Order: sequence, then C-alpha cells, then structure tokens
Amino acid sequence: MSGRSLNLVGLVLVGVIGLAFMFLTPRLAELDTVLDLTVYMIMAILALSLALIWGYGGILCFGQSAFFGLGAYTYAIAMFNIGESTLPVILAVILPAAFAALLGYFMFYGRISDVYLGVITLTVTLILFNSVNSTAGPEFHIGTARLGGFNGIPGIPPLNLPFNKSAVIDLEGMFYLATGALLLTYFGLRLLLASQFGRIIVGIRENERRAELLGYDPRAYKLVTFTIGGALAGFAGCLFANWGNFVSPTIFGLAQSAQIIIWVIVGGRGTLIGPVIGCIGIQWLSAALGANQPSGGADVWSKIFANAPLILGIILIAFVLLVPKGLVPTAADIVEFFLGRRRRRREQRGFEPQQAE
Amino acid sequence: MDLVALLAIQVLYAIASLALISVGLAIIFGMMRVINLAHGEFLMLGGYAAIVATSRGISIWLSMLVVAPLVVGIIGLIVERTIIRFLYGRMIDTMLATWGLSLFLVGLTTAIFGNTTVGISAPLGSIQIGDYRTSAYTLFVIAVAMVVLGAIFAVMRWTRLGLIARGTMQNANMAAALGVNPPRVYAVTFGVGAALSGLAGAVLAPVSGVFPTIGAAYVAKSFITVIGGGAAVLSGTVSASALFGTINQIATFVTTPVFGEVALLAAAIVLIRLLPQGITGRFFRRGL
Amino acid sequence: MAEPLLRTRDLSVHFGGVKAVNNVNFTLAERELRCLIGPNGAGKSTFFKMLTGQLEPSHGEVLFRGQDISRAHAHQIARLGIGIKTQVPSVFDGLSVRENIHLGVSRLHSGERARRLVDEMLERIGLRDAADHVVGQLAHGQRQWVELGLVLSTDPQLILLDEPAAGMTHEEVHKTAELVREINRTKALIVVEHDMQFIRMIAKQVTVFNRGSVLVEDAVENILRNPLVRDIYLGKQAAA
Repeated sequence: MSGRSLNLVGLVLVGVIGLAFMFLTPRLAELDTVLDLTVYMIMAILALSLALIWGYGGILCFGQSAFFGLGAYTYAIAMFNIGESTLPVILAVILPAAFAALLGYFMFYGRISDVYLGVITLTVTLILFNSVNSTAGPEFHIGTARLGGFNGIPGIPPLNLPFNKSAVIDLEGMFYLATGALLLTYFGLRLLLASQFGRIIVGIRENERRAELLGYDPRAYKLVTFTIGGALAGFAGCLFANWGNFVSPTIFGLAQSAQIIIWVIVGGRGTLIGPVIGCIGIQWLSAALGANQPSGGADVWSKIFANAPLILGIILIAFVLLVPKGLVPTAADIVEFFLGRRRRRREQRGFEPQQAE
Repeated sequence: MDLVALLAIQVLYAIASLALISVGLAIIFGMMRVINLAHGEFLMLGGYAAIVATSRGISIWLSMLVVAPLVVGIIGLIVERTIIRFLYGRMIDTMLATWGLSLFLVGLTTAIFGNTTVGISAPLGSIQIGDYRTSAYTLFVIAVAMVVLGAIFAVMRWTRLGLIARGTMQNANMAAALGVNPPRVYAVTFGVGAALSGLAGAVLAPVSGVFPTIGAAYVAKSFITVIGGGAAVLSGTVSASALFGTINQIATFVTTPVFGEVALLAAAIVLIRLLPQGITGRFFRRGL
Repeated sequence: MAEPLLRTRDLSVHFGGVKAVNNVNFTLAERELRCLIGPNGAGKSTFFKMLTGQLEPSHGEVLFRGQDISRAHAHQIARLGIGIKTQVPSVFDGLSVRENIHLGVSRLHSGERARRLVDEMLERIGLRDAADHVVGQLAHGQRQWVELGLVLSTDPQLILLDEPAAGMTHEEVHKTAELVREINRTKALIVVEHDMQFIRMIAKQVTVFNRGSVLVEDAVENILRNPLVRDIYLGKQAAA
C-alpha cells in the first residue's frame, strides 16, 4: 500500500532532516541566527499543540495562547520563588494542563457547540490578558515574584540541569533543547495519532454522533485531547520564558492567538508537519519583512510590508477563501493529481496499470 | 439618594453602551448566522470616521450620527460582497476570514493614523445630581441607545423591509420562493449591521478616544452579549445587555473597573453554560 | 416468562405542546424481528432516538434486558448492545470504508483479530473491493451498507434500522432484505420502513404507529388488510 510506505519515508525524512538540523546548525550558523531559530522551534511546538486539538481533534480553540502564557508565567513565578528549575518546569506543564482540563470539562461536558467553543476560549484568553495586564503595582505578587502587569516580568532565570543549580543552560544548549523537544513532540504526536486513541478522536471529529453510537464517549476523548494540547502549549511557554528571559501579558493577547490559528490554517489542518512549516514560514516572513509592530514611519515599506497585522490579515483571508485546506494537504493533492494523470496516461497507451504496492 | 440616582445612571449607561455596541452584530448574526470577528474594527472605523469628519469642520453631531454610520455601512457592503458572500453556511470559515479582516483593518488604520489615541472631547458638559457631578454625555448615549433600539423595533415590526428581513431570517429558501432576493437581503443586512456598529463606535468615541486596537475591547463584550442574548435580535440584545451591564456596573462600583470587566466576562461564560441557546432560547421566545 | 430483550413502559416525550411519542408500551423478544410502520410524523424516528439515548423521554421507561436505560448516555447504551442505522446515513465520510469498520470493531478487539473481523465484515456487506475508497465518495446505496457494517461491527444484540431500503435500486433492496434475514438469525431487529414490498420480504410481526401511539400490532398479512391501517395512510376521506 503506497500510502503507508510513503508515510514511513516521510517520517524517516523528517527524522533525518531534523537531527541534521539540530546538530549542524550551531556549528554552521551565527549566534544571532541560532537565537532566532530557537524561538521558531519553540513556536512550532505551540503550533503542534493546536494542530492536535484543532487539526485532528476538531476542537475550535481560539485561545491556545492562554495555555502558552500560563506556562510562561508559571515558570517565571515559580523560578523566582524556588531558584532551581526542575520543579518550575514541571509546574509550567501541569498548571496549564490542569487549567485546560477544567475548562475542557466545563465546555465538553456542557455539550457546547463548535462556534461557542471558539467564543468561550477567546473570552478566556481575554480575561487572562485583562487580569494580568492590570497587576502592575507592587502589591501584586506571588511569593517573591512580582506580576508586573503590563510591564511584564523581566530577568527570568534560565533553566539548569535537573537538581544542579550551577549548571545553567546557555544559548546553544537552549537551541538543542528546543529542537530536541520539537522532534520529540512531533514523533510523540505521530505515535499518539497512529494509536487507537488517535483513530477515535479523528472519528469523533468526522462524525461525533456516530462515534457515540459506536460506544465512544466523545466528551472524555475531547477532554483528554484538549488537556494534552494545553500541556504542550504550556511547555512551549516555559521554553519561551527561558528563551527571552522575559514575559509580558501580550502573550495572552488576541494577536498571539490569531497567529497560532494562522499557522495551522496555512500549514494545513489534519497534518502535523503542515502547522510546523506554516509556523516557521510565517515567523520567518514576519521577521524578514522587518517588524512586529507597525512603525509610524512614513515610508511605504514600513507601513505595508512591515505591517504584521496587515500582512497576516491578508494571508488569513486569502487562505480561507482560496486555499482552505492549507499548504501541505493542497500540495499532496497536487502531487496525487499528477501521479494519477501519469498513471491514467500509461493505461491509455496500453501499459500495465501501476500496481499500488 | 443622589448616590442611588448616580448609580442608576451608571447602570443604565453600561446597559446602553453594551446594547449599542452589540446590536449591529446581533442583526448580522441573527439574520445570517455570520460571526463577524471584525465587528470591533467596524466600531473603531466609526470612531475614526467621526473624528476625521469633525476635524474637517463638520458638526460633531452630524459626524457621529450621519457620517460615521454611512461610511462604515458602505465598508460593510464592500466586505460582504468581496468576502462574506463566498462563505455562507461555513460558519467557522467566516469566523476565520473575518478575523483576518480584523487584523487587516487594524494594520491599515495603524498605517494611516498611527499608533496614538485620538479623541474628541465629550460635548454637553456635566450635570449636577445632588452632591455628585456626572457627564451629561452619558445621558446622551442612553438616549441614542433607546432611539436606535426603538427604531429597529419599529422597522422590524411595522415596515415591509422589516417583514422581509424577518422572513428571510426564518426561512431563506421560502423567502426566495416568494420573490425576495436573499443575496440582496444579506448584503443590505450586513451593511445595516455595519452602519449601526459605526454609529456606536462614533457615539462612544468621545468617551474613550479611538486607537487602532480599540476593537479588541469591544469584540469580546459584544459577542458574548449577542450569544448570551440568543436568537431573537432585539429582546436578546436588550435582555443580555441588561443582565451583563448591571453585573458589570455593580462589580465595578464594589471593586475596580478591571474586575468589573472580568465579572462581566465570567457571568457570560456561566450564562452560556447554563443556557446554551442564549436567554431568548428559553425566555421571550416570541420576541423580535 | 423470560424477561423480554426490550420493553418500554408508558414511554412519552413532548416538545412544547406536542406529544411526539405518547404512552408507548412496546415489547420485543430476543432475536425477534419487528417492523415498525406508520405515516410520516407518527413518531417512529423519535421513538428510536429514545431507545438509543439520543433523546431523553419526558415520561416512562425503556428497559433493556430488565435494565432501565431511559436516562443513560448514548455511548453507554451502545456499549450495552443497541445499534442504530439512522434515516440519513451517519458514517465517517472522510475515512475509508476499512477505517470506518475498523473503528467499530476495535472497540472490542485489537490487532490481528480485529483486522480479520474487519475483512469478514467487508465481505459480508459486499464492499471488499471498495475497502480503501473514501466513504464520502461512494454511491448512496453503498454508504447505507457502510453504515450497516458500522452498526454490526460492535456486535449489538438489538439493531434498529430506520428506512434501510430508502433510495435503493431493486437489486439493492433484495440484497438488503437478505442481509436483514441473515442478521436476524442471531440478533433482534426493529425495522422502520415505508416500502411495503421490503416489509413483506422480511416481516412477521408489524407494529403500526400513528400520532405518537401504537395503533395496532399484528401479523403482517393481517396488517395489510386492516382497514384502520389503510385509513391512516390514505386519510379517512378515502374510506368514505
């Protein structure tokens, strides 16, 4: 069956390229570039978290940034209070996961439909943004960590080797960690999705009623999927706090949530590699076009091309209208079309039809 | 006693502003089941339209009540023809496309107007209530809200246009079979909804000023008001605004404005959990 | 007397002021095949929805092997052994036929045994050659069989079929009747149908629904001759 062998080839390819990338880049690239690439890797993990929840699980979550931000803030606050990074990292994964589980329970066991899921998750991330944004005074603190409000939390101490406070991670180490984590996440999710669990959540996405009538409880499966996604996003947040040593409430913002959704749409729902490509591609594009915030500069370039919301907005509209399946599935369709055409032509000319192995 | 009167005015103001910012969205959602995530930007554009018009010498009242709705209404028509109409029936895709539109409009206005807040001072000065002074403008906003809601009620109930609108809302195919042109009805509806949002944005501009990202402040609140209200456009908007506005204002009064916002959002989540069809899914079902 | 497989006691549901199902007392024995007929809107599909947990009754009970399932969740009832093929085919359109059946089979079996059972089921519903086709692209009759395969894949003891012959060609109708008779050798079935030919091919006992209640229950030959039944289908004016 050519489908399955193609799959295996793809997996091996990703593994080889990934490992090569991981070990060669620090040797070949400038430190600046390594720093940039590190955050792309971290964001790709975030993209994968939504790819799981939405692309495979069919759960419309407009507030994935909530778990991302919770992970980042939890790490920061725990790190200031504890001083050694093992527990903060664990907390940075558990807390967003717990929050996702609670929110998920509330939404899925309340049988809330698609559209309203989107609105509720959007609202939740807004609540978080509003709350954290207003915690600027010194009276807002958890232990020794000031929440900082719209100023954010600067100077977050970086990770150290488990239980070894003096072995602090450096830039290169951060890159290895992020890339390794991304590869682990990718292959881990591949395994999960190939399992019975993965098949069931895809079934639930395709036809929840029928899945229920076969004896599967969709609420429970969605809850687990949502929680795993929350945990992954939280972990990405923890890495992000480490990368920039800084976190601010914009991490909960609508713009951040919108970006994650755009990565998945552009890359392609129903695939894992798609959102990774979409994420890295768009991040790279935004950086190349020059700014993260439209400048007040008078020249056309900075007003249009460096204008991230403008460009992202056009990309999102264009993809929804013109390439709704996303880049990777559409590319796969094109390849299949040409392969099919070649096969049909050969049959017409009287050759043996290609036997799919 | 004066404090009670003051509080009452604040509550009415909260309800009025919620109703104003939501009613345009309610019409679009109620009629076409379109979730327009660029709604906040329509409000923002209304504010800018009013400010630009005023700065060109047009009277502030004309700018707010005529120019702004006209400009945003036309923008709405253009958006409907170029984006929305390809996505009917695809609710999620509409949400995504309008989210893209929202980003685009934010970027565009930032490019044109820059990042800073522009404002116009609230006309009408202040009034005295016993020991307290409050802005007379709040009374104006309340009045505008009542007039707008009343006008919508009148049009829906007593005019042919309103009847066509209600008919298409109930059953588009049937309406088409009777000679109504649903695409045109949708285009007009979207335009009217946008115009009302523009009006709301303009009227509220003197209160909070306008800047490109102000839409974000409006979008969540108007959405949860519309969804909390349920299918009936008017009674839904009014009842949800009344409920949320009151909760918001009381929470603000007791604690801080920020917590007031949080209370509003939290109340909305609880309401949607308890009444997934919104208030008018259970009560006031026959309402307009 | 042995506990019947399925029993409903005064089962009712109302929406607004309308009693869609009104005090229905229905009994089905193990491995019994019953046909359920009645005009449109008589409440047959609504009745099915209550049996499978998709709708909660306003009043009354549903007992499956003596166990009260009136308020159980749909997936719990499915696990107890009730399967339903709905009026509009409800399948996993984006997946292949094989993947569809596999989802059902794999709830109870895994690995090699599951794969074998999937192959057997594909053979039984006659779709082995189309196994890797995406269901959404199949013809209507084939999609009905995929759904039948899905329902059978979890090995339920009671199978509800809501208009299984709808939209089928003559040969497909015969094939479906054959399949139903084959299933009936080991399972109980309730079949809702309008196609009288199909009913004659499979039925022995028929229950007639009208306006949410049971009008009459009898052997199929008597039902077809019963003037009351004719009335509700043709309207009382025709009898006059």
